[in-house]
Amino acid sequence: MLEVRELTMRFEQRVLFTQASLTVADGEIVALLGPSGSGKSTLLKVIAGLLDPDEGRILLGNVDITTVPTHRRDIGMVFQNEQLFPHRTVAQNIEFGLRMRRWNSQRRAERVTELLELIGMSGFERRRVTDLSGGEAKRVALARTLAPSPRIVLLDEPLTGLDRELHDQLARDLHQLLRTTATTALVVTHDRDEAAVLATRVVAFADLTPRLPLAEAGDLR
Amino acid sequence: MSSSNRLPRLLLVALAAPASLFFAVLYLWPVVSLLARTLTLDSMRAAMHDSALRHVVWFTAWQALLSTAFTVVLGLGPAYLLARYEFTGRRLITALVTVPFVLPTVVAGAAFLALLPDSLDQSVTAIVLAHVFFNIAVVVRGVGGLWQQLPTDLTGAARTLGASPLRTMREITLPLLAPAIYASASIVFLFTFTSFGVVRLLGGPAHATLEVEIWQRATRLGDVSVAAVLSVAQLLLLGLTVAWFAHLQSRQRRGLQLQPASQRQRPRTSRQRSLVALTSAAIVVTVAAPLIALIERSLRTTDGHSLAAWRGVFGASTDQPARPTTGVLVDPLASLATSFRFAVMATAISLVIGATASLAIAALGRRGRVLDIALMLPLGTSAVTIGFGLLVAFDSGRLDWRASPLMIPLGHALVATPIVVRVVLPVLRSVDAVLRDAASTLGASPVRAWREIEIRLIARPLATAAGFAMAISLGEFGATSFLTRQGRETLPIAIERLLNSPASLLHAQGYVLATVLAALTFVIVAAIETTSNRVDRRA
Repeated sequence: MLEVRELTMRFEQRVLFTQASLTVADGEIVALLGPSGSGKSTLLKVIAGLLDPDEGRILLGNVDITTVPTHRRDIGMVFQNEQLFPHRTVAQNIEFGLRMRRWNSQRRAERVTELLELIGMSGFERRRVTDLSGGEAKRVALARTLAPSPRIVLLDEPLTGLDRELHDQLARDLHQLLRTTATTALVVTHDRDEAAVLATRVVAFADLTPRLPLAEAGDLR
Repeated sequence: MSSSNRLPRLLLVALAAPASLFFAVLYLWPVVSLLARTLTLDSMRAAMHDSALRHVVWFTAWQALLSTAFTVVLGLGPAYLLARYEFTGRRLITALVTVPFVLPTVVAGAAFLALLPDSLDQSVTAIVLAHVFFNIAVVVRGVGGLWQQLPTDLTGAARTLGASPLRTMREITLPLLAPAIYASASIVFLFTFTSFGVVRLLGGPAHATLEVEIWQRATRLGDVSVAAVLSVAQLLLLGLTVAWFAHLQSRQRRGLQLQPASQRQRPRTSRQRSLVALTSAAIVVTVAAPLIALIERSLRTTDGHSLAAWRGVFGASTDQPARPTTGVLVDPLASLATSFRFAVMATAISLVIGATASLAIAALGRRGRVLDIALMLPLGTSAVTIGFGLLVAFDSGRLDWRASPLMIPLGHALVATPIVVRVVLPVLRSVDAVLRDAASTLGASPVRAWREIEIRLIARPLATAAGFAMAISLGEFGATSFLTRQGRETLPIAIERLLNSPASLLHAQGYVLATVLAALTFVIVAAIETTSNRVDRRA
């Protein structure tokens, strides 16, 4: 279970969010809905440990991980624009997290095959990631994140930049994939329909922060 | 463009002629002369059997490798800092990093001679340190430029997959920066392999690079044919190195999704803040210390500090015997005047040649490529080779111009012209053909349209180019070492003489001249920066 307690984040004198709190139970897929530029991506990066919050705590399975460095948090993240490693093949991208966890090469190869099957891209092992189509790249990015079975997966606008048809198809696939692998996930999106298809629960980003008295809210602006 | 709208053929020929002649006489002919000297069995056999030479080649290679390695490793920190963080004074720090690179080699050498304790004088350590100081901007600018464009999320992705910061650096960042690292390493290697001024000042008799050895043999020992073999061998060696680096780089090319460079962050955590502060401080100290030492030494006397040396150079030189009776026959103040005179001449020559060549290359289109490439060759040739080539080519028979007072400015112009072309040509190429068409429809003849548009456009880049040419000529040391004549010493030559003289009284005067040369260079570079910035803002 992921618990975000009263996180506050300021960025170059701008307040992105104050005292934001959120709980994601095991097995849940929560969609965080809000307009672009509202600080959703920043919240994900704080949870992943890529940014330090100004105030507040993050708990994973009742353990405070606020000061744990990213690589020891066991939190997976699918980034906007995939961020596949351009100097590595598809298989090398997917097995990256497994290598960091010292899996031997045979187990890694098996896991890669399994995941490629799961995302419907069997046989893509040795392809260069720079040659993949947009939809393929997004699926490989997901497989890379899922490979080490992290305790929770954060997805930052995972389906933007696809045409309508592919988008809808991939949204259903993604939901299915997260369910079959029993993955706990927190998805950030600005698309209401996408949120409805992907998630088991939809939360508005604005609702994370306590409603302030009007005067005080005015001060923050 | 229809053929009737082209510039007249005669004009094109007239434009291309000066540069072609200039290149043929001052570059091609000297290289051919060197080759002719080399390609005799005797000279090659003599070079092959010279065991001292093997030592020189070996030393040149390993000091260059060592210098390159240190420069790259030490440059990565500042490159990271300036690429990733936004902080007060970042622009100033960026400018500071570039300062050593614009200094003349002799000044860089003098600054380290001033800074380092006597125990390090004439040591490899001194040479390598000066090389790092001099070249670190290449790495900081080159690698930093790419680093700035690497998406931060890419390393973030590696971190969320369980890679520690160190591992992320090794597996993601460094491999992706490899093209820029190889590119800057190859440039630094070329510069340090052909290092001449720094080694002449800091190396002492025990440490000679190929460049120094060539100069030594050609001018001191009268061993011209072996020196010729060495310069040709060096040309080949450098050519091979460049090809190898180009090969490495082509293998590293990847389809990176680079981002527009605009995501520097203010340091947030106290660790980041101290990292920024410490690295900035290190850069300031590294750049400032040698220059401060230079000034301090120009003021130092046997008992404390005074302006004696400055007065000795600029003031009442008639009261005292300015020229000591032994060894060093050089008049410091006269060298300043000589350098100015030569710099003005070299600038004028390179501007005329460079401007006409650029106009010709731009107007000739694809046919202009040959001239374009030819004029770049002197830039890739070591200064010593250029000076030596001129010496050999104009030493005999009908072309005995070796003693001509024009020889040094011509040599400087040969080095400066490629820069002039590189500054002027892009401006000409950016001219929209539509502009000229528009002028034609308004009734301008092709020549008239060209005069109204192109000729007016090159005024501003020519001013910038004049600054570069001036700075190059003032600081040129390698080629000048071969061509210099008694009584016509330039500033760098005088600095080297004074600093390497056994009379320690003269050292302070050497430091005075080095300080003056550094100041002149700064003024010129600052002027170039401000004028070209103004152009940017207008564009």
